[in-house]
Amino acid sequence: MTQMTENEVVSLAELMIVAASEAWRDNGEILASGIGVIPRIGASLAKLTHSPELLMTDSEAFLVSEPVPLGARGDYQPKYEGYLSFERVFECVWGGKRHAMIGPTQIDRWGQTNLSSVGPYDKPKSAILGVRGLPGNSINHINSMIVPNHGPRVFVSGEVDMVSGVGYKPERWAPGMKQDFVDIRLVVTDLCVMDFGGPDHAPRVKSLHPGVSFEQVQAATGFPLLQAPGMGETPMPTAGQLAVIRRMDPHNLRALQLKGNPPAVRTAAAA
Amino acid sequence: MALNKELSAAQAVSQLRDGMTLGIGGWGPRRKPMALVREILRSPLKNLTVVSYGGPDVGMLCAAGKVKKLIYAFVTMDAIPLEPWFRKARESAAMDVMELDEGMFEWGLRAAGMRMSFLPTRCGLATDVLARNPSLKTIQSPYGDGEVYLAMPALKLDAALIHVNEADRLGNTLLRGADTFFDHLYARAADATYVSTEVLRERFELDADTAKQNPFERYLVKGVVHAPLGAHPTYLGPDYGWDMDHLKRYNASATEEGGWEKYVAEFVAPGESEYLAKIGGPERAAKLKQPVF
Repeated sequence: MTQMTENEVVSLAELMIVAASEAWRDNGEILASGIGVIPRIGASLAKLTHSPELLMTDSEAFLVSEPVPLGARGDYQPKYEGYLSFERVFECVWGGKRHAMIGPTQIDRWGQTNLSSVGPYDKPKSAILGVRGLPGNSINHINSMIVPNHGPRVFVSGEVDMVSGVGYKPERWAPGMKQDFVDIRLVVTDLCVMDFGGPDHAPRVKSLHPGVSFEQVQAATGFPLLQAPGMGETPMPTAGQLAVIRRMDPHNLRALQLKGNPPAVRTAAAA
Repeated sequence: MALNKELSAAQAVSQLRDGMTLGIGGWGPRRKPMALVREILRSPLKNLTVVSYGGPDVGMLCAAGKVKKLIYAFVTMDAIPLEPWFRKARESAAMDVMELDEGMFEWGLRAAGMRMSFLPTRCGLATDVLARNPSLKTIQSPYGDGEVYLAMPALKLDAALIHVNEADRLGNTLLRGADTFFDHLYARAADATYVSTEVLRERFELDADTAKQNPFERYLVKGVVHAPLGAHPTYLGPDYGWDMDHLKRYNASATEEGGWEKYVAEFVAPGESEYLAKIGGPERAAKLKQPVF
């Protein structure tokens, strides 16, 4: 175990960034939109390593040939290669040329997501942001999800309180509605990586993070999970990947994403 | 043709009526016509239907009890993700809502601007946007594919409020920011568009490159209000950044006892010139950093 010393300092957030970057592998020449710190570094890592064909923006209005580091930029100048206003992003969405990763408030067993409100719709217990672009994104292009706090409040037992992003629940789809473009890929959490690749899009665990058991994931999830064939351990970041992550996140914002910034390898006590 | 469309903010707001459907340009905490919103806060105007990619514009109108119905896809201040007064209004069921996908919202404005009753889209199908808005209907393609779409109804506006970098007295406008959002669609969807502007010119004399920053035709503009720092505390690229200190102060008003009344007494009621003095005027605005995303 010569790598142990190095692994001990790798954070869970960094492991999740590497897992997130895998979502964009072999997507082809599309727009990669990682919303939030871990997804954005994940998309940047994908573009800078295995998938240079991805398009990315400066998170405002311009396409850049090189992912822009997070936070205050110092004298870094974004490398503009084109323009992508919000209006053009919508056109990109409707054309299906995008893969977004966001962090919904709730996710259900059908892959439906909620970013609108929790509790009764007419008088919610908690109003969040609104459905934003989730209805359009989810029905038009590839989507993945990030969950920094895997638990039954996120992975609810029934349907999400306000279906903002579509999923695979047959009753939601009336005859003639085109479901063909719905394509939910990865759900990267602080415990595991999941997908909806089981029979009839059943949710399943693809890989467990080091030190996490399937039973632990199931206990933290409001619906039954399958084990994907060959379910293994989520890979640790390589030294090369860590170097890219540090370059993309010079202010270490990733350390603030998970409570207590835990290490990638959980100790027996922590598990 | 009106050779001079200049109005004071109070004159512009006096042309609005109770119960109107009002579109507000910008996006979240970006380039909101806040000077006009503050003027509405000072006015007796009420029972508004507000149509907005919402930020503190929506929150302040909610706090003041001006909103009968909100048509929106989100309300946020980005760096402060949860808009406090929108949340309060929503969680106390103080207003009716029509919650839409961002793209449906655009489609609704577009339909209104094109004088269509609706435009078809896939956005919103199979979600609670459809289930929670019984007024939304679907429509089947008349062609061989037979696909079923959501028929997004036109979002017709009685008036639109938009803040721009520069305008002239005829109602010609320039938007210099990296993204002009969907303001041109608000202008087209409205019976009357009122523009507030950082800089007011007599007549534009532009070179071709600058003229490309003109987002919509002057025939859409009914009134032009000279309102320097009129987007504050939201940001106006490239002129000034957002005022995070002020947004935090506003955000805190939602958790203080009588917080909104105190905010109004300090910043709104005394009038716009007092407001500009209190926020530190152009000197401080020049130091507000453009946000980095």
